[in-house]
Amino acid sequence: MFAQVYGDNGKMKEYHYSGPVEHRFSPYSFNGGTVLAVAGEDFAIVASDTRLSEGYSIHSRDSPKCYKLTNTTVIGCSGFHGDCLTLTKIIDARLKMYKHSNNKSMTSGAIAAMLSTILYGRRFFPYYVYNIIGGLDEEGKGAVYSFDPVGSYQRDTYKAGGSASAMLQPLLDNQIGFKNMEGVQHLPLNQEKAVQLVKDVFISAAERDVYTGDALRICIVTKEGIKEETVPLRKD
Amino acid sequence: MALFDVSGYKSHAGLRGQILGTGVGHLVDRPNQEFAVPVGVDPSGFLKSCSREGGVSIDLNHGTTTLAFKFRHGVIVAVDSRASAGSYIASKEANKVIEINPYLLGTMSGSAADCQYWERLLAKECRLYKLRNKQRISVSAASKLLCNMMLGYRGMGLSMGSMIVGWDNKGPGLYYVDDNATRLSGRMFSTGCGSSYAYGVMDSGYREDMTVEEAYELGRRGITHATHRDAYSGGVVNLYHMQEDGWIKVCKEDVSELIHRYRKGMF
Repeated sequence: MFAQVYGDNGKMKEYHYSGPVEHRFSPYSFNGGTVLAVAGEDFAIVASDTRLSEGYSIHSRDSPKCYKLTNTTVIGCSGFHGDCLTLTKIIDARLKMYKHSNNKSMTSGAIAAMLSTILYGRRFFPYYVYNIIGGLDEEGKGAVYSFDPVGSYQRDTYKAGGSASAMLQPLLDNQIGFKNMEGVQHLPLNQEKAVQLVKDVFISAAERDVYTGDALRICIVTKEGIKEETVPLRKD
Repeated sequence: MALFDVSGYKSHAGLRGQILGTGVGHLVDRPNQEFAVPVGVDPSGFLKSCSREGGVSIDLNHGTTTLAFKFRHGVIVAVDSRASAGSYIASKEANKVIEINPYLLGTMSGSAADCQYWERLLAKECRLYKLRNKQRISVSAASKLLCNMMLGYRGMGLSMGSMIVGWDNKGPGLYYVDDNATRLSGRMFSTGCGSSYAYGVMDSGYREDMTVEEAYELGRRGITHATHRDAYSGGVVNLYHMQEDGWIKVCKEDVSELIHRYRKGMF
């Protein structure tokens, strides 16, 4: 933060009145947080930190960003907390309506397609939310769907989203995708290794990203159901 | 229920009314979808003005190179697979070709969400056309449907450059449609930020009587050289060939390997 006070030549910048400045109400705010999802052969993991911040302050240390949608699907939402809450409410409502009309729960792929149209319905005034859905598909295999704020989406094997995403994604590319490694056996990921990797990756993120920390909430989705685990992270 | 109006759900009664009674004469029953718009602000400039205030930075997935050309044995379509959000590469394996039906393909460049949404809607309209008219929609009509959708939202900041490729009664078809509702029929198009590089490669190697293998190689080279020079294109080359009996997916090759192969031939 101190770097901005000094100009290019090393001297302190001079501040002077440069004329009237228009301030407008911004409907958005950035509340931080990182989410991550990994898909395995018969499981999926969705993890998020639990810090809720705004500017220089921390509003809460216990505000997880993963939300359970159905028995086989969990969504992680980071960005603007207000939009995250409203979006999850709308998704829950649509899931209920689908269940009542069709007498079955929505599959992960269907939820992803529905979320894409919900987000695009706000193309001109977007939900400021970065979503990642993790769950099991119809065949019982792990599935991860990642979105941008206006609804473009695709199925992945692993994805990091939120404030530390640019730090975590290359690490996942290396450890899960075996990118940039020569002569390494491509072993499939089992559940224990995946959970340990997620913990390690978040510990690294908390070291270097100010908006990530406090605690880590991990949701493990298997055909038996959804298991939750909480792990402490750096609180500074 | 509190959020019923904004949830985007259409009740059964409303849908029945549209299908049976009131919807006569509607070719496109798109009036279903309403888009929320920020009050009192120009939509296309709104997002830009919100960014950078208090750490808010809404980056949408963008950027591409796609190309398509007609030749004696059909149409070749080649696309890259990078989706960037600002300067971050959001995806290395984005799918930029939508398989509308076995005889129609659509490519996507520009804003990923706009392309995915409107081309998926186009796929729905093509399917409805087939059910209503008992014959497949022509490439000309499909591209016109997409063009009219874009015209409805002209000036609101949509970003889409797409090529509709197909084979119908009139033979192979290639149309370019963009967010300004431009619609052009042609023999060769390239879209996206890497398009200038792809045009250069295609123009220098194109002959109407190429063999199929030569055409595949031209498509691959066009994308590879474009990704080599354009920062916002990269990933893998997805190559499709539109033939008389439908399209086939030819290959999916990593650009870094291809550029090494071409470099060896260059020196």
